Amino acid sequence: MGLTAIAFYLFAFTAIASGLLVVLARNPVHSVLWLILTFFSAAGLFVLMGAEYVAMLLAIVYVGAVAVLFLFVVMMLDVDFSELRSGLSKYLPLGLLIGAVLLMELGLLLGHWTFAEDAQALRAAVTPDMAETHNTVALGKLIYTDYIYMFQASGMILLVAMIGAIVLTLRHRKDVKRQVIADQILRDPKDAMELKDVKSGQGL
Amino acid sequence: MAEFFSSNLGIFLIIVGQCLMLTAFVMISLLVLVYADRKIWAAVQMRRGPNVVGPWGILQTVADAAKYVFKEVVIPSGADKTVYMLAPLVGFILSIISWAVIPFSENLILANLNVAVLYIFAVSSLEVYGVIMGGWASNSKYPFLGALRSAAQMISYEVSIGFIIIGVILSTGSLSLVDIVKAQDGDYGFFNWYWLPHFPMVILFFISALAETNRPPFDLPEAESELVAGYQVEYSSTPFLLYMAGEYIAIWLMCALTSILFFGGWLSPIPGIPDSPLWLVGKMCFFFFLFAMVKAIVPRFRYDQLMRLGWKVFLPMSLGWIVLVAFFVQYGAFGGTYARWVTGG
Repeated sequence: MGLTAIAFYLFAFTAIASGLLVVLARNPVHSVLWLILTFFSAAGLFVLMGAEYVAMLLAIVYVGAVAVLFLFVVMMLDVDFSELRSGLSKYLPLGLLIGAVLLMELGLLLGHWTFAEDAQALRAAVTPDMAETHNTVALGKLIYTDYIYMFQASGMILLVAMIGAIVLTLRHRKDVKRQVIADQILRDPKDAMELKDVKSGQGL
Repeated sequence: MAEFFSSNLGIFLIIVGQCLMLTAFVMISLLVLVYADRKIWAAVQMRRGPNVVGPWGILQTVADAAKYVFKEVVIPSGADKTVYMLAPLVGFILSIISWAVIPFSENLILANLNVAVLYIFAVSSLEVYGVIMGGWASNSKYPFLGALRSAAQMISYEVSIGFIIIGVILSTGSLSLVDIVKAQDGDYGFFNWYWLPHFPMVILFFISALAETNRPPFDLPEAESELVAGYQVEYSSTPFLLYMAGEYIAIWLMCALTSILFFGGWLSPIPGIPDSPLWLVGKMCFFFFLFAMVKAIVPRFRYDQLMRLGWKVFLPMSLGWIVLVAFFVQYGAFGGTYARWVTGG
C-alpha cells in the first residue's frame, strides 16, 4: 500500500467520521467544528486527485468564509438542549422515513447510471491531459473562455441575490446621529481648537 | 548511504529533517523578533527595554518563554475543556505550516507548490479559528466579544489582501511563489521588482497585513482598554505562549510575503551583487522594523473606522486595481512591465 493509499484512507475515514459527528454532536458549536474538519478532509481528497486548485478554493471559501459565518450564528444562539431533545421521539420516524427514501432514490439513480457510447466523444469541454496542462490553467480556460456566458450569468444571479438580501434588511433610521467621515477629515483644525499660552499660576 | 536516502524511509527522514530545520529557523527568529519588537518600542518611548537577562537583555525572551512553560495552566470552570485547549494549538500550528511554501531561494524551499499563494491564503483564512474557538470556549464575556471582533476584522482584511495578491498573480501568470520572484528578476535590480508597477498596492498590503495579524494600530481584538485582553483573557502559561508565538510567527510570515510579492524575495537590489537567501532575511527584518515602528507611533483605530477602512476604502481600491492591471496585462502597457508571464497563457 503506497503513501497515496494511506493518505486516501486517512482523509476518507476522517471525512466520514467527522461527517457523522456533525449530526451526532450534542453541542451545535461542536457540530460546526466537525463540519470544518469534514471540509478539510474533502480538500485533502481533492489534493490526492491532483486538483490542488479546487482543494485550496474549498479551504478558502468553505472553511475560511462560509463556516466562519455558520460558527458566528451558532455561537450566538441561545440553545436549550432539553428542548432540542424533547422533540426527538416525535420527529425521528419521519426523519428516518425521509432518509430512507432519499437513500433508495440515490441507489436507484446511481445503480442505473450509464454513459452513452457517444457521450464521451461528444463532450464540448474535453478533459485535457494532466501532463500537458496545469489544472488551474485548464479550469480557467473552461470557465473564462469556453463557458464565459454561463459563468457571467451565474455571477449576475448571485449579484442580484446579494443586492436583494441587502435591500431586504436595509432600513433608514432618521432619529440616529450619523458620522460623515468626509466632514470629519475636511475639518480645519483652526476652527476646532485654539492654542492658548497659559502663564503658570494664573490660568485663563 | 546514497541508496538509503533514495529509499522511502530515507526520503521520509530527509523531509522530517528539512521540516525541523525550517521550524528551528522560525523559532529562533521568533526569539529575536520579540526582543527586537520590545527594544524598538522602548527606544521610541525613550526607555531602555529589556536589559537584565543576558548581555543587553538578549535572553529576556528565553526567560519569558521558560516562565510561561513552568506556570500552572488555569482552565476556567465553565470552559469547554477540549476546544479551550485545542484553540491555541490551532493558532500556533496553522501559523507555522504556512512556512512550508516560502522560498528562501530558487531551490531552498520545503514544498514548491504550484498553488503556493492559494495555500498561504487558505491557511491564513483558517487562522481565524484559533481566535474564535479560544474566545468561545473560554465561556466568558470579554474573550467572546474579542473573538467576534477579531473574526470580523480578519475576514474583512483577508478580502483586500486576496485582491492585492491577485494583481501580482495577474502580472506573473503563475500561482507559484518561486515564479513570482523569478518574474521580478531583471537588469535594473531594485527597480525591476513589483513594488514599482504595483506601488499603491504595496502600501495597502502593508496596512492590511497589520490588520490581518492584529497588530497595532488594529489590535482591537485585544484592546486592553475596552476588552482587557480580548480572546486570550482566560489563557495562561503555555496556551497563552502558543497564542503569542503564533501571532509573531504570522507577522514574520507577512514580512516574508511582502518581501516575496513586491520586493524580489532573494534577489539582490543592486545588479552585479549575487542573489542570496540572506537578502530575503534582510528584507524581512526591514519590514519587521516597520511593523514595530507602526506599533510604537500610531494610535489605535476605533472599531467602526477599522471596518469602514476595510470595506469602503481598501476593497474598492484593490478591486479597481485588478481591473486596471488586467487591462495593462492584456494590452502589454508600459513595455510589458505588468505582463511578465513565465508560463504560456
